[in-house]
Amino acid sequence: MSNILELQHVSKKFDNDLVLDDLCLEVKENTFMTLLGPSGCGKTTTLRIIGGFITPDQGRVLFEGKDITNLPPNKRQLNTVFQKYALFPHMTVGENIAFGLKISGKSDEYIRDKIKYALKLVNMDDYANRDVTMLSGGQQQRIAIARAIVNEPKVLLLDEPLGALDLKLRQDMQYELIRLKNELGITFIYVTHDQEEALTMSDTVVVMNQGYIQQMGTPENIYNEPENAFVATFIGDSNILGGIMLRDKLVRILGVDFPCVDTGFGENKPVDVVIRPEDVILGEAGKGQMDGVVSHLIFKGVHYEMEVQAGGFEWLVQSTSMFPVGQPVSLSVDPFNIQIMNKPESEDEEAVVVDV
Amino acid sequence: MFKKKWLTAPYLVFILCGTVIPLLAIVYYGFTDQEGHFTLANITAIADEEHAKALGLALLLALICTVVCLLLAYPVGLILRKHAGGKKGFVVFILILPMWMNFLLRTFAWKALLANNGVINGILGSLNLDPIRIINTPAAVVLGMVYDFLPFMILPIYNVMAKIDNNLIEAAYDLGASGKTVLTKVLLPLSMPGIISGITMVFVPAVTTFVISQFLGGGKIYLIGNIIEQEFTLNGNRQLGSGLSLVMMVFILISMALLNKFDKNGEGSIV
Ligand SMILES: Nc1ncnc2c1ncn2[C@@H]1O[C@H](COP(=O)(O)OP(=O)(O)OP(=O)(O)O)[C@@H](O)[C@H]1O
Ligand SMILES: [Mg+2]
Repeated sequence: MSNILELQHVSKKFDNDLVLDDLCLEVKENTFMTLLGPSGCGKTTTLRIIGGFITPDQGRVLFEGKDITNLPPNKRQLNTVFQKYALFPHMTVGENIAFGLKISGKSDEYIRDKIKYALKLVNMDDYANRDVTMLSGGQQQRIAIARAIVNEPKVLLLDEPLGALDLKLRQDMQYELIRLKNELGITFIYVTHDQEEALTMSDTVVVMNQGYIQQMGTPENIYNEPENAFVATFIGDSNILGGIMLRDKLVRILGVDFPCVDTGFGENKPVDVVIRPEDVILGEAGKGQMDGVVSHLIFKGVHYEMEVQAGGFEWLVQSTSMFPVGQPVSLSVDPFNIQIMNKPESEDEEAVVVDV
Repeated sequence: MFKKKWLTAPYLVFILCGTVIPLLAIVYYGFTDQEGHFTLANITAIADEEHAKALGLALLLALICTVVCLLLAYPVGLILRKHAGGKKGFVVFILILPMWMNFLLRTFAWKALLANNGVINGILGSLNLDPIRIINTPAAVVLGMVYDFLPFMILPIYNVMAKIDNNLIEAAYDLGASGKTVLTKVLLPLSMPGIISGITMVFVPAVTTFVISQFLGGGKIYLIGNIIEQEFTLNGNRQLGSGLSLVMMVFILISMALLNKFDKNGEGSIV
């Protein structure tokens, strides 16, 4: 698979505020790529640079190998689904969908067929003559998607397209978007700050913070092997502890030696350790690697969530079996569930450079 | 809410005294002769050559004034929408500042500026340029109208323009639209309500004005407003004045009805 889109050393300043710093990103053809990160980290800015609405101060944007950095948005072979739908209120559903097709001079017959096809694709068959302002949020979102895809863009850009929908509708639309992506066979670049959405939908997740890419990989990769404490805390719940890598495959946490599978950190090196709450195994006191006492218990539906005081640390634990508050328990962790990360040397470095 | 109905009482009294009663009086005088008998003569008097010409000229000059105001105000709206940033309010303030000055004073100032031996010709003369002879021509009247009524075009257009979501413009570009297509297919239709109310707010006072034509037309340019004013004041013929007023009202209502046809939603109309 070749790169359909490439950002090379892109930087952008807004009033002396460096929003993107030397950002490099390669998007493979036909992937569902998600830009994930907290509010203000530069996701929208990145997407708008790809769409052509913002020109980067430095760096280049390549589309199928060609430099499009200075090409205006109306000349780019990509379409955007805007966060607030941005449907034209003075046009019907059908006229909205036809907007791009009319500009490219398609025949009336072609346009009619395309409207029909697109409405079918988003499950809104009979809506062509409706007034867009009368549609619900979810319906408007679908029309916005239909309006973008009828132009057969090679890349579809979506900026938090589900942000304004309620939870149930969001989940339905997530599946619909995945289905659409597979049916159309085009590249999706999707922006969200919802980590669950990112993990559910994407082939590739790009975790961003303060204008830097923190980590890029498959959802499994990002979740199971976070490269730094930021990614670990941002994606899912986690226990992040300071530890000392005694040697390859052995780490000391809270004074206890845990076997692990990581190598190459050197000897007696301070590191950060991530252990996911569902990877902590509780058992009868004295029978695990460490002993502690349950201090909190919440029923979460699929599992129980507990806090366990052990070794002076409050462990977050998720388990399908319940241990009441006050009960002495043991904790153990399988070696391959212990994720070791380099410790940032300073505060600044936390937001720093991860080359991809 | 209904309990507070009495709060609207002053407003109702105002409407009654300020609008309804005078209107009824005009209708009464318009349809009676000096002795108080019913007649249509005051209405049909519009067909007199002098009156018809004055009405025609008033409609023509008001139309020219409205078009000029629109052509001036729309680009201002577009520019303010796109640029100016936080200074928008200030720019609009500057543009509508003349509105705060007395209407008569403003018009009188133009008379002084444009007069044959006025300020402008003084400056032109000191630069050894030919003087302009514009005072007492229809052009001077239109100039005065445009100056006086332009803010009433800018304000409503700026108001709708400022409310147009920038995402819509970006969406249009994203779908391949050129700048011209964005203007004709998105900006113009969406700003139509502002254009309509701007046209209304300029055309109506322009077609009825008599002060501007009096000051800048030097008593040579008779608009329907001047005729009516003279009937009421100089000639003391309030019957004829009322009759002609009624005819003018009908013309205004017809213009507004035509205009509102363009405005599908009727949001922008003030009539
Ligand atoms: N046009 C602009 N002018 C000035 N600053 C801007 C502009 N656009 C974005 N910024 C700033 O750039 C930073 C990144 O903004 P961006 O919109 O890319 O964030 P985001 O990751 O999309 O956040 P969110 O999840 O809240 O949408 C923010 O600090 C924002 O205030
Ligand atoms: Mg954003």
